[in-house]
Amino acid sequence: MNKIVQINPDQVEDVGSLYAARKKVYPQSVFGTFRRIKWGLMAFCLGVYYLLPFVRWNRGLGAPDQAVLIDLPNSRFYFFFIELWPQEVYYFTGLLIIAALTLFLMNSVGGRIWCGYLCPQTVWTDLFYAVERLIEGDRRERMRKAASADPLKLERISEIMLKHSNWLLIAWWTGGAWVLYFTDAPTLVKELVTFQAPAIAYIWIAILTATTYLLAGFMREQVCVYMCPWPRIQAALTDEWALNVTYRYDRGEKRRSVKKANELRALGLPAGDCVNCYQCVAACPTGIDIRNGPQIDCIQCGLCIDACDNVMKKIGRPTRLIGYDNDINIQRRMAGKPPIYGIVRPRTIIYTALIALVGGIMLYALLTRSLLDINVLHDRNPVAVKLSDGSIRNAYTVRFLNKRGFDRVVTIDIDGPPYAVLHVVGDDSITPDRPMVVLGRDSTTELRVLVTAPSEKNSERSIPIKFRITDIGLGEVASAIDNFVLP
Amino acid sequence: MAESELDKVSGKTTTGHQWDGIKELNTPLPRWWLITFYATILWAIGYWVVYPAWPLLWSYTRGVLNYSTRAAVAVELANLEKIRGDKMIALGAASLADIEKDPALLALARARGKAAFGDNCAPCHGSGGAGAKGYPNLNDDDWLWGGSLDQIVQTIQFGARSGHTKTHEGAMLAFGKDGILKRDEIGTVANYVRSLSGLSTRQGYDVAAGANIFFENCTSCHGEAGKGNQELGAPNLTDKIWLYGSEEATLIETITNGRAGVMPAWVGRLDPSTIKALAVYVHTLGGGK
Repeated sequence: MNKIVQINPDQVEDVGSLYAARKKVYPQSVFGTFRRIKWGLMAFCLGVYYLLPFVRWNRGLGAPDQAVLIDLPNSRFYFFFIELWPQEVYYFTGLLIIAALTLFLMNSVGGRIWCGYLCPQTVWTDLFYAVERLIEGDRRERMRKAASADPLKLERISEIMLKHSNWLLIAWWTGGAWVLYFTDAPTLVKELVTFQAPAIAYIWIAILTATTYLLAGFMREQVCVYMCPWPRIQAALTDEWALNVTYRYDRGEKRRSVKKANELRALGLPAGDCVNCYQCVAACPTGIDIRNGPQIDCIQCGLCIDACDNVMKKIGRPTRLIGYDNDINIQRRMAGKPPIYGIVRPRTIIYTALIALVGGIMLYALLTRSLLDINVLHDRNPVAVKLSDGSIRNAYTVRFLNKRGFDRVVTIDIDGPPYAVLHVVGDDSITPDRPMVVLGRDSTTELRVLVTAPSEKNSERSIPIKFRITDIGLGEVASAIDNFVLP
Repeated sequence: MAESELDKVSGKTTTGHQWDGIKELNTPLPRWWLITFYATILWAIGYWVVYPAWPLLWSYTRGVLNYSTRAAVAVELANLEKIRGDKMIALGAASLADIEKDPALLALARARGKAAFGDNCAPCHGSGGAGAKGYPNLNDDDWLWGGSLDQIVQTIQFGARSGHTKTHEGAMLAFGKDGILKRDEIGTVANYVRSLSGLSTRQGYDVAAGANIFFENCTSCHGEAGKGNQELGAPNLTDKIWLYGSEEATLIETITNGRAGVMPAWVGRLDPSTIKALAVYVHTLGGGK
């Protein structure tokens, strides 16, 4: 029996609002190995994003010469030497599978490498922080300015305006680069500056300018902490071997001042290396304390490693008090054993093998895909027609796909009912019994094809019929199977 | 009704309503909701002014925009015609033979023809032109009034026995009903007609009499060899295609009562380029000559 609890209204405690306001983060500038890696990767990622639309790739006359182009009106996707049609969308599925597996592999080797170095949210936020730092000064200065209750001075106003206009400029450039992937980039740039581009281009630039400005300028780490699903998935996927940005508490604890720690060491007593300088917290772009252990807010950018290393150097202690490590090694060090690293283990081997498998399948499919194809659709009403001499005719709508960048001529043959004769509606070629059809480059051609067979030679109700087309120049062959039906 | 009082737990006042000691908290509608509600009322008034709204006895308030869905449909249809305009002009200008030689025009004519066929011809000829008893199959190579493009255009324009001055005339006489042939003669000639296309005949029927009856009565339209005459819409009796059926009983019925299927004239109801497109569509179904 449940007991009914009587609540006395006079004793109800007011817990206040459950809403926690965001604490604004003011990351301190850092110098060191990981900062240099981040600058390098940022330059690389942004460089690829902004410049790729301008890379040219010759595909012959009449075809677009942009290396990477998503041609929506003509439903074609161009990627250097690859051209994909809408029905080949499964290549993107394959790419997405590889992307997911790569993310898992990265995670099982080095934690949130994607979050810390490569994710657009991180890259652009980092860039926006750099602009902010350049204009408004470093952490302390920004905090002082933000906390200042003084009425706004002209200098401060111009600073704020300068910051936001620079942010908007970057955001606009980001949105501008995006639309260049969807049409010929140099032409569109010309149209954009002369205000002759289609409205849709301006609309998309405006949308992406707004999202970049908001996400990188204002939402920042909140995107990673509250919006992104990956931290949750990552936390579930990680294991004890994965190297994550870790505070080595076996070395750091107990925290003491430099002076106190030196005194203890002089006496031969153990003393932690962490001096409670809070440089790791100051440098953190998500505003957390890495010393509290692994946490969902940590994007593992490695900036706290640089910040801590700089302090360790100054106080003459070994670096990497914070570093890429895991719990196994902390426990081993505490037990006096040497650290071990398990980068090659079943998990990473399986991920690598799966990536290789999917990649291999995609490569094989790409290399062996047919650039000539044929689809056949049998007439449904009527399925068969009796002609005046008693023979039977079936009509088919045949669609030819020529994925090559030039026109070509194919012949059509059929294997099916005995004595069957083929006729292409509208065709008056010189070889009527083996019609030749011209297929335009990079396009589909639809024709109505009639097959007539004498009825007395065919007793089956339905006979398989194979349409085979042969490129008379290249010898490429494609075929499709349908049925020849008697009334 | 009790007095309104302050509730300690929620910090709200009560409405004063009370049932069995249970008091109701006063939770008014949110301000934004109320404002939205009043705004929608204002919006509705604006709507009455601008759009058709109130029914009157013999009419309705038309609104200052004078909007009408019927007019909107008319405008859209006119726009559609404008969009189709150039292409349909190209179709109208090209000769029938040229249309079939030009893949782009052929595709256009077939698409337009297919749509028009579904709207106008399918009730009798079937959605794929497969026909039915008494309604010719347009996919085959047997034509009552000719299967060339020009002949098909002619038939679509003026129909058959449609009453139009230029229509195809000529009908199968009712040899039995009109007393031209006796019942046994009709049976004999029906068997003879079946033999023309190699169909089985009743055992012991009088072949010579059948040939004689056929020669005297049928050849003027169907020809001496029974090959028919497209000028008169007289079908070829030697082939494997039968509009009404080839059974002896069906043939006796045909000969006794005659046949005169009607196809309406479409000139004036369909514009010339649509008729052209229809002709190309029918011609390319497979049986065109």
